Amino acid sequence: MTRFTAEDALRSRWSPDAKPRAVRAFLAIAVLLAILTALLWVLATRLTGVPYLLSTLATATALLLALCCLGAAVAIQFSHLVGRILLRMAFPIFIVSLVGIILLAWAPSLLYQRVDALRAQSDNPGTPFLAAAEIEAHLTGAPATGRGWAALSAYVLWPLQFRLTRDVLAALGVLGFVSIVGAFGIWWERKVAGRMQSRLGPMRVGGWHGWAQSMADGLKLIQKEDVFLAGADRVLYRLAVYVSWPPAVVLFVALPFSAAWVGRDLDVGLLFVFAMLAVGVLGVLLAGWASNNKWSTLGAMREACQMISYEIPLGFCLLIPVMSAGTLRLTTIGQLQAGGFHTWLAFQNPFLLAAAILFFTATLAECKRAPFDLPEAESELVAGYLTEYSGFRWALFFFAEYAEMFAVAALGVILFFGAWHSPLPAHWGEPWRQGPLWQRALHGVLFGGPLWFVFKGFCLFYVQLWLRWTLPRIRLDQVMHACVQVMLPLAMIALLGNAVWELLVSPGGRLAWIVNVILTAIGLLTLLTTVGIIAYGYLNRRRLVGELAVDHLPGA
Amino acid sequence: MTKVASRLKLLPAVFAILACTAVALGQPTADPPGADPSATPGNAVAFYVLAAAATLAALGCVIATNIVRMALCLLAALAAVALLYFLMAANFLGVIQLIVYAGGTLVVIVFGVMLTSRVYGQKLRPRPGETALAWLVCAALLVGLVAILLQTTWPAAPPPTAYSVREIGQALLTDYLLPFELASVLLLAVMVGAAYLAAPLRQGAKKC
Repeated sequence: MTRFTAEDALRSRWSPDAKPRAVRAFLAIAVLLAILTALLWVLATRLTGVPYLLSTLATATALLLALCCLGAAVAIQFSHLVGRILLRMAFPIFIVSLVGIILLAWAPSLLYQRVDALRAQSDNPGTPFLAAAEIEAHLTGAPATGRGWAALSAYVLWPLQFRLTRDVLAALGVLGFVSIVGAFGIWWERKVAGRMQSRLGPMRVGGWHGWAQSMADGLKLIQKEDVFLAGADRVLYRLAVYVSWPPAVVLFVALPFSAAWVGRDLDVGLLFVFAMLAVGVLGVLLAGWASNNKWSTLGAMREACQMISYEIPLGFCLLIPVMSAGTLRLTTIGQLQAGGFHTWLAFQNPFLLAAAILFFTATLAECKRAPFDLPEAESELVAGYLTEYSGFRWALFFFAEYAEMFAVAALGVILFFGAWHSPLPAHWGEPWRQGPLWQRALHGVLFGGPLWFVFKGFCLFYVQLWLRWTLPRIRLDQVMHACVQVMLPLAMIALLGNAVWELLVSPGGRLAWIVNVILTAIGLLTLLTTVGIIAYGYLNRRRLVGELAVDHLPGA
Repeated sequence: MTKVASRLKLLPAVFAILACTAVALGQPTADPPGADPSATPGNAVAFYVLAAAATLAALGCVIATNIVRMALCLLAALAAVALLYFLMAANFLGVIQLIVYAGGTLVVIVFGVMLTSRVYGQKLRPRPGETALAWLVCAALLVGLVAILLQTTWPAAPPPTAYSVREIGQALLTDYLLPFELASVLLLAVMVGAAYLAAPLRQGAKKC
């Protein structure tokens, strides 16, 4: 048996001829695939209808694979150069992928509109769905030939007229969005924590400020061993994560990203989101109990305690905007606030503003965020209910937590802060809504739409992060005291006050107008002060933060 | 172990009976086209899957001897029944089911259980008297349900329009105020049950 020495550890595992061999192999595969592409293309030119579609798809796949193999061969041959270029281009890659994701999300909605327009101008409105040939005929204005670009686009459009396809696409979109929120949120949290503590946070993976750190972590966690304790309740230990994670994802189905961008526009949308938030707790409870560990059980108990208590003020705070809006349908509540900064519900009367602040505080407790992060209090309970978890189960708990954080931030935005509407007055952008495509896109960017919704959601999300790294954790009795003796009475007063306000103050009257102006001014002042403080901090970053962090700050 | 624990078992039994009878009698198939938008083949499949899931979960809840596992089975049964409500376009009922039972009652039960260390590894065995009582209640319920099922003409006509939350709220606070207030005692009962489970046994400590 040979001994493993330090030299062995330093030596490269790759044999010196591995690189040219890999390049040769990839080139050979690329050539083979290119030949296959040519053959399939010849085949495709001789077919019509569905076989044409299939052979075209096969041709495209083969071509794509051939190009990938060629690219891999080139990348391996010039690995040093390619790596350096990738590092230099990290920020553009990050930005381009962000824009790409937005466009990818936007494309289906345009395709849906096209299909619906085609169905509307169909000759026989009796049949509910169009055949692919009919779509092609509509597209070209001539009888269908089953060949060429028109036929291909007809085959792409055909499945989109079915509810099922749209649902599957929406579910995929929700899953993708939640994954992005989880990965991005965790990275962001680490960056914020770093900045607040005058250090850097993740810096390496991905090139630009470690933006791919979460993906690397995910890759690591998938491979990590799933540890079971001998004394743990195995079934519950495994199942706990399936109780915690799905509700956090499912609630996004009822969460409207804009008036039209909603999976299911439920008439009880608000209650549905609330129910999903409430069910998610059980996963944490089961995880803590099944671990058969004192720290875990203590964490889970604290979570239960906290959740049951804070659900009551949270419920009151949800009731207040519902009372003003007169509906539980989230899209309607959102549409009520169209028209600009002053129409947002939080600025309608003082009780709504109070409810907005109370709501935010209660959701901090609901999402186990500091100063209410007692369930995982790492300085006392190791990691609370997560102590015994490892690998991907652990990651899924975190995904659930970050998804819930964004969900409650988004709920706050819908209920109090203008939903998907921008602060700009809506009537400025009215003529652009019906304009050509670029005008509609600009309208979405400037005056409201899913982008604004996500942006505002992340603003509140950022406040959650920022509070976590600013405030100390409070004791359990203080948490209970804050809930029962402070928040609950305040929420009740706000509820009563809002009821009286709705009864006595006429919506268009002078008092309502004056209060609206004052509250809007307070809101604007708060917003401008925050922006001003951020600008001051950025301009004086050398003095405030320190040289080490500053050299890596964006724009430094 | 305790009376409360064995009472808990009655709840899923109710769901089991409900789901079984629903599968047996109220299958939403073979409706005239255009009569009910929910009567599509996909919905029928979803109905059977959910009904089976509710039944199995309820059975698991009755059979399980570990109270936390029972709670998990109960959650599955409650969620399946809530999904059945969603399938029948009774969104409000489904959501309230989730909030009150899954988010409220069940969390309180598990919370109560976790406060007591003696439930760890404890097997729940109802005494004969409790079992008899459980059978009695179940039988009474079964008789009532079967009576209702026999009186109804199948397939039952769907309501002309789906009730809005506003209508339900008004009905609850006017015509059905007393049943509504009685139902709200439920959470209190759960709280008392959890406290009973959690409280240290003052007399007869060797009972468990």
